[in-house]
Amino acid sequence: MLIFEHSRPGRRNYSQSPATSAKTKNIPQNLLRKTPPLLPEVSEMDTVRHYTRLSQLNFSIDTEFYPLGSCTMKYNPRACNSLAMLPQFLARHPLAPEDTGQGYLACMYDLQEILKDVTGMAGVSLTPMAGAQGELIGVMMIRAYHESRGDKERTEIIVPDAAHGTNPATAVMCGFKVVEIATDKEGNVDMAALKAAVGPQTAGLMLTNPSTLGVFEKNVSEMSRIVHQAGGLLYYDGANLNALLGKVKPGDMGFDVIHINLHKTFSTPHGGGGPGSAPVGVAERLLPFMPVPIVGYEKGKYRWITEKEKPQSIGRLSAHMGNAGVLLRAYIYVRLLGTDGMHRVAEFATLNANYLMAALREAGFELAYPTRRASHEFIVTLKAIKEKTGVTAMNLAKRLLDKGYHAPTTYFPTLVPECLLIEPAETESKETLDAFVSAMKEILAEIEAQPDMVKGAPHLMPLRKLDDVKAARELDLVWKPQPK
Amino acid sequence: MPFIPHTEEDVATMLSRIGAKTIEELFDEIPIDLKCGRLEKVPPGLSEMEITRLMMERAEKDGIYHNFIGAGAYEHHIPAAVWQIATRGEFYSSYTPYQAEASQGTLQLLYEYQTMMASLTGMDISNASMYDGASALAEAALMAVRSHKTSRRILIPKTVHPVYRRVVRAIVSNQHIDLVELPYCEQSGQTLPESLEEYGKEDFAALVIPQPNFFGVLEQVDALTDWAHAKNALAIGVVNPIALAMLTPPGEWGSKGADIAVGEGQPLGIPLSSGGPYFGFMACKKLLVRQIPGRIIGRTIDLDNKPGFVLTLQAREQHIRRSKATSNICTNQGLMVTAATIFMSLLGPEGLRRIAAHSHANTLALVEQLETLTGVKRVFSGPLFHEAAVTLPVPTQDVLQTMKQQKILAGLDLQEHYPEIGNALLVCATETKTSTDIQNYTQQLKQALS
Repeated sequence: MLIFEHSRPGRRNYSQSPATSAKTKNIPQNLLRKTPPLLPEVSEMDTVRHYTRLSQLNFSIDTEFYPLGSCTMKYNPRACNSLAMLPQFLARHPLAPEDTGQGYLACMYDLQEILKDVTGMAGVSLTPMAGAQGELIGVMMIRAYHESRGDKERTEIIVPDAAHGTNPATAVMCGFKVVEIATDKEGNVDMAALKAAVGPQTAGLMLTNPSTLGVFEKNVSEMSRIVHQAGGLLYYDGANLNALLGKVKPGDMGFDVIHINLHKTFSTPHGGGGPGSAPVGVAERLLPFMPVPIVGYEKGKYRWITEKEKPQSIGRLSAHMGNAGVLLRAYIYVRLLGTDGMHRVAEFATLNANYLMAALREAGFELAYPTRRASHEFIVTLKAIKEKTGVTAMNLAKRLLDKGYHAPTTYFPTLVPECLLIEPAETESKETLDAFVSAMKEILAEIEAQPDMVKGAPHLMPLRKLDDVKAARELDLVWKPQPK
Repeated sequence: MPFIPHTEEDVATMLSRIGAKTIEELFDEIPIDLKCGRLEKVPPGLSEMEITRLMMERAEKDGIYHNFIGAGAYEHHIPAAVWQIATRGEFYSSYTPYQAEASQGTLQLLYEYQTMMASLTGMDISNASMYDGASALAEAALMAVRSHKTSRRILIPKTVHPVYRRVVRAIVSNQHIDLVELPYCEQSGQTLPESLEEYGKEDFAALVIPQPNFFGVLEQVDALTDWAHAKNALAIGVVNPIALAMLTPPGEWGSKGADIAVGEGQPLGIPLSSGGPYFGFMACKKLLVRQIPGRIIGRTIDLDNKPGFVLTLQAREQHIRRSKATSNICTNQGLMVTAATIFMSLLGPEGLRRIAAHSHANTLALVEQLETLTGVKRVFSGPLFHEAAVTLPVPTQDVLQTMKQQKILAGLDLQEHYPEIGNALLVCATETKTSTDIQNYTQQLKQALS
């Protein structure tokens, strides 16, 4: 039932709005609304009950194991939320003077410094509001760098075919032509293809490492040399930084500009699809182009560094300084982890992934890259199973829901047929991984014995399989009251 | 280690099953020269008790002020239920609802949100939200250019939030889109339709119309919308969602209604929180549905014909279309929209209208009182919503400093963005201010000026 269907004309929550109705003054009639908006008229209890019940229809990290590849669904510590919601932090207006925000700015400055250290970059700006915006800003800086040198012929961005869809979409949004290069059998970028693709037209290369195939790009130093020699810059998509946190710094791999998904590696909540937060880090030569504002520290005071001091900045991409409250949560997380904790993240994420990979292989699942180590994630392919039984990766994913596990990422990366991209994250215990393996084994047996049952999954969720085609063909995007 | 549950025994068992001796061995594909040493700038870990103490000290430093700054971020009362429910783990720690059957809570909520926003803006459809108001406006400009096909010019009045204009410029300039700024009337503070003719001689893809505008002044939206349509361009409304409970929605502007409505969703239950996370909303006419960026939820049925919800029209999006997507956007501001939807349900149409009307009345009352002080007067004569520009007889920064010592943030100095206005302050008094607060403000300003 929708909230609108609980609505009754005239029902109100008297404690939630002013007791009297103020009059409007001097507003011309044509500017005043004639009919009230279709908002529900429900009691506070109805609202609380309705949305509490809706929440219970969701899978979440707090309720289920969520091995969603490339999304790093690790535990979101509760302290990060409650401390970011201290009343002074919540009440602070973004345009309030700097001296009324020294506590907040201190956290932001510290976070910048910590992220510089962790990534090996010369500068960090915290403004981007999501991974895709971090990418956009990164590519804009690459463009600004070339333009500042009068190097105007660099019109292409190279992207491996295994990349996230946001990489090519970002390059295009930034006015570049996208050149896709292939992946070799071992899951590395095809070096011959890269050599053939670079030239005086190359603005840069966007790379995720470990790649979305769940393996470390072994030739990264060589790739860096090739791209730099051609005059291009190297962009690091930080989507998989959790695999390297405290082990390898992107700056040491030769990257000139990077973004870090705080909602993955630094455990800020995914919130049902946002808000994200994706600070960008840059090498020395890109410092002048960083987006503003940045937090500076001088003579015992924290302050904003704006376009006035950074005239070559690519500018602002949010009205204030990005997702400030998310940045606070990330800061609290890194302080809880500390040096030792930070060094352990990649280690245990990698241990969990390799353990799960070994156990699933023993259970009879086919690995996409059986000769490689897993990074923090790995790929299982159901190609042979589909050929034999008709059961697809999506069918298995839906059956996992029945067994109380969120499905891994399916059909991404697109170059592995019938794939499941599995990322357990470091916060899961061995028992959880073992139980997941048991569930996967059960499904394998079910595929043998009753494939049609698996194809019809899910069976035990609040709803059975939903009709996506109908949704797209007969668009129903807003509710309309039934005529009486 | 924090948040890592492994016992020593677990590690040993796991390594032996993998066939490795040490955890370090699992990194043997990484060239040794790439491995980093000890992190130097990361301080030692704190316990939850210690970090609590540190954060409370820092929060204390920031303090609490009587805030009269608006300028795109507005203080409103947020009912307790809003964030208590929004931070339930099932909303807080879930991901994008790609697995529809395991995400009906988020999906249904987003469908309800889309319905509320479409109705509030008077539009046919809404997406599931954008990053913030500024980036939503940039996306609307890109959308207008995609749908216009011949022109790459966008007309944007100087009465649009100055930072929004900067953000739009930063984003659209990548695609060689020309942003033309329109002047405002010095008396009324409005963008006058009759002053636009010279800008309309050349083709343009869209006219941006703020309501209320950055000065808090209400624009002549009907005439502006009709003017844009007469020139074969789209009309993009940039609106305040609280104001929409009281003001004519963009979908009803002029004879045909605006085509796209965007804005900052923060006033709908999102704390000021130093500027984020907020969310941007975007709604449009049905004709533009395939051009709208971002996530959209649709209602459908399951195998048993039971109604349910899914992400739909994904063929527009980057994970399917890659370089041909409508935008590179990958997320919405899910948790913020969760809060906003609960907020709108608790307030309902009448509650929201009362907040709008009280904010309007409070600001008018404040301005009226301020005008009794010598040398203080309203800058613009146009009708106001809940914000106003006032000129001061002395430098604005001096006044702000003095008022701050009395724990009052008196408003935004207009000097940086509108130096032509002189010593001026943009002030806002929402429903959160009492008549005592307003009297106190006036009293303190009087002293600051004397």
